[in-house]
Amino acid sequence: MADTILRGNIDWSDSRALAHRRRRHAADRRLQIAGITAISIAVGLLGILIVSLIGTGYKAFVQTKITLEFPIDPELVDAESPADGNYRLIVRNAMQALFPDVEGTADLKALNEILTNNTQFMVRDAVVADPSLIGGTVALTVPASDPFDQLNKGEIARETPEAQRRVTDRQIVWFDELEAQGRISLPFNWGLFFNADSRFPELAGLSGAIVGSFFALLVCFLISFPTGIAAAIYLEEFAPRNRWTDLIEVNINNLAAVPSIVFGLLGLAVFLGFFGLPRSAPLVGGMVLSLMTLPTIIIVTRAALKAVPPSIREGALGMGASKHQVVMHHVLPLAMPGILTGTIIGMAQALGETAPLLLIGMNAFLTSPPGGILDAATALPTQIFIWADSPERGFVARTSAGILVLLGFLMVMNAVAIFLRQRLERTW
Amino acid sequence: MAGYVILLIVAMSLIAYFVGRSSGLKFERAGRGSTHSRPGYHGAFVAVWVGIPALVLVLLWLFLQGPVVDRLLIASLPDTMTAGASRAQIDLYLSEIQNVVAGRLFSEPTPEIVAAAENFERWNIIARWAMLVVVAALMVVALPLARTRLAPRFRARNNVERVMSALMIFCSLVAIVTTLGIVVSLLFESFRFFDKVPLSEFLFGTSWEPQIPLRDDQVAGLGAFGAIPVFTGTLLIASIAMLVATPIGLLTAVYLVEYADNRVRRIVKPIMEMLAGIPTVVYGFFAVLTVAPAVRDFGSGIGISVSPNAALVAGGVMGIMIIPFISSLSDDAIKAVPRSMRDGSLAMGATRSETMIRVLLPAALPGIMGGILLAASRAIGETMIVVMAAGLIATLTFNPLDSVTTVTVQIVTLLIGDTEFDNPKTLAAFALGLVLFIVTLALNVLALSIVRKYREKYE
Repeated sequence: MADTILRGNIDWSDSRALAHRRRRHAADRRLQIAGITAISIAVGLLGILIVSLIGTGYKAFVQTKITLEFPIDPELVDAESPADGNYRLIVRNAMQALFPDVEGTADLKALNEILTNNTQFMVRDAVVADPSLIGGTVALTVPASDPFDQLNKGEIARETPEAQRRVTDRQIVWFDELEAQGRISLPFNWGLFFNADSRFPELAGLSGAIVGSFFALLVCFLISFPTGIAAAIYLEEFAPRNRWTDLIEVNINNLAAVPSIVFGLLGLAVFLGFFGLPRSAPLVGGMVLSLMTLPTIIIVTRAALKAVPPSIREGALGMGASKHQVVMHHVLPLAMPGILTGTIIGMAQALGETAPLLLIGMNAFLTSPPGGILDAATALPTQIFIWADSPERGFVARTSAGILVLLGFLMVMNAVAIFLRQRLERTW
Repeated sequence: MAGYVILLIVAMSLIAYFVGRSSGLKFERAGRGSTHSRPGYHGAFVAVWVGIPALVLVLLWLFLQGPVVDRLLIASLPDTMTAGASRAQIDLYLSEIQNVVAGRLFSEPTPEIVAAAENFERWNIIARWAMLVVVAALMVVALPLARTRLAPRFRARNNVERVMSALMIFCSLVAIVTTLGIVVSLLFESFRFFDKVPLSEFLFGTSWEPQIPLRDDQVAGLGAFGAIPVFTGTLLIASIAMLVATPIGLLTAVYLVEYADNRVRRIVKPIMEMLAGIPTVVYGFFAVLTVAPAVRDFGSGIGISVSPNAALVAGGVMGIMIIPFISSLSDDAIKAVPRSMRDGSLAMGATRSETMIRVLLPAALPGIMGGILLAASRAIGETMIVVMAAGLIATLTFNPLDSVTTVTVQIVTLLIGDTEFDNPKTLAAFALGLVLFIVTLALNVLALSIVRKYREKYE
């Protein structure tokens, strides 16, 4: 460019000048194209992520079920104590009644593998709930076991050689016959939301994780919301500017950037090791998460307080309000929408946090949801981690479905935050 | 029980509030204009003096009850058991007693233990009821005491405001206490680790095999704690992540600031926020489910064998996670360059790309560098992606197609399902955590100071 300037009178239509200009404009376009490429890559990767999750996860939202009639033989179940009957045999007899030509222990076992392993307990629960069924029949719709669920959903191809799939040719024939009898259905999988965890993919659900996450977030909110607001009010409205308050400020900024796993180490050493709080409890999880969300809440609260114009404070002070009254009666209510928005976003982050919860043991295998904040529990992200580690094929779909549920919760929380911001936040 | 006690405190504080407020109302009605504080402050004054001491007492009680009961239990054990017993042996007795109380019987307990277990249960029940009674008594005494101080000229508001200020200062100290807690707990456990393993071996050793034998006859590694391969693995994965994220994030920011119109910005910004808001466990599963098989298939397609948990996979996916971080920080940095510089450059006839590359980016460089450092500290401390997608075995390699392990992976695998705090295996996790904390802290302090200096330059 420099020599162009020194040349004095320039002929702009000169071929060299034109070529130079074309080159510069081409460079401009190249940068623009590079930018578009970068954005396309980022958007494309997000797209691939979501498509692959939905692609593997959507099938877990339906579940193959089999409707069967179980004759409750009074010889196998004692009316005095219906819980102790031989329900294994009842289930086996029910299946054998449908396929009278199946004989031999091994074949009968293979036949019963079509049903979920817990069928006998479901029959038992039905009989215990209504002992008058003894001697009659119970019609139940039970989940098919994982391999047959996969077969029905087309995940296991019938063309694969028999040795390479988990269902034998004979089992497929039986399954097709059940299908021909209209016993196979594919309803919405409510169990995904209302069952607790299980070793069997067809029975595993998220209820324990959802309840655990709820308790942990509740504890986290109850600790970090009031503490964060109080700290922010002090630092923003009352604190003198000196080395102490500077130290606190630097501290909060650095805490916000400490890796989450370090908070897990803190929880393990202090809350579990020193205070002796119970392992895997949502109380401890919530306390660790609250320490992580605290800096976020303090930072957003300070921003919201700063956004309230000084005229409000001066007006209230001029009317004779004390400094505390100014803050409590005027500034804080006006800053509340901003604080709430930031808090919800902080809670959404806490909901997705996994690593610190692993360290305090919230990745236990539990088959019932927690009853309180001191019971052992899992959380949604740790449940996803457990399922992602499970070898059974059915858990791949469950994991994706669990992730979709988690993302659903996060989207709802963020939508509420955006709604609050647009509805309540005022500009001065 | 503790929950009920806290409910009781809340209820009593409410009652105290209304008692105090009614006094305040009486003063107000009696002498118009001569009362100092509004009735609400009289109420709050009484409530504060009923609620806060009770709450402090409950917390102290809950904290001290366990150790006191344990001490009583040890004293109640016959001398034949405790005489000359070591600390560990007594701890063993205590955990046995607790197991008996919880009904977890592994072997037939001795009669002494059974008796102690009964004592334990009885004392705990007594302690819980005693707490309820003492707390209730405290509140019942405090209420009239606080109420007698109320008078028309009593400065209830100033009193309440002082208490509130103290509470607010206490809350802002929580951040300091948290940092102190992190530092002290990491240092404490690390010192115990360096008691068993010399610091020089940890920092400069090149063999990391924390699987120490649990029994004497077990065949296992001897337990080598040289963390160099773990550090290099962390660096390798974080570098790959930065190599993926920096160009994409920076170019995204450049395009959004200089070329994009509002419509594009309105679409791209939320997408970047979505990328930033996705939990890391989701990225980890994405790496295992989609990226790892794709990389492996591609590798075998061109005849290269790729390890199932190649560093490339974990690093690449971590890079995706960091893109929005870099793009938003670079965006801020470029926007913070004074408009006059940009306008001047454009007025001289420079194209937009020349303005960006020769004027805006050099001016914004410190801010962008700060952003990149912050992102690097994120990459080093990121856990779930590497736990799910990277390897467990520490190999000293810089080949991105090999499997390496990271500091965070080792912390998680060393600590999951293990709460024994006395063997080097678990303590090693705290030493690694200390290194992680120091490195990320240093990166953050550096980044924040660069960003601050740079911001001051243009303000």
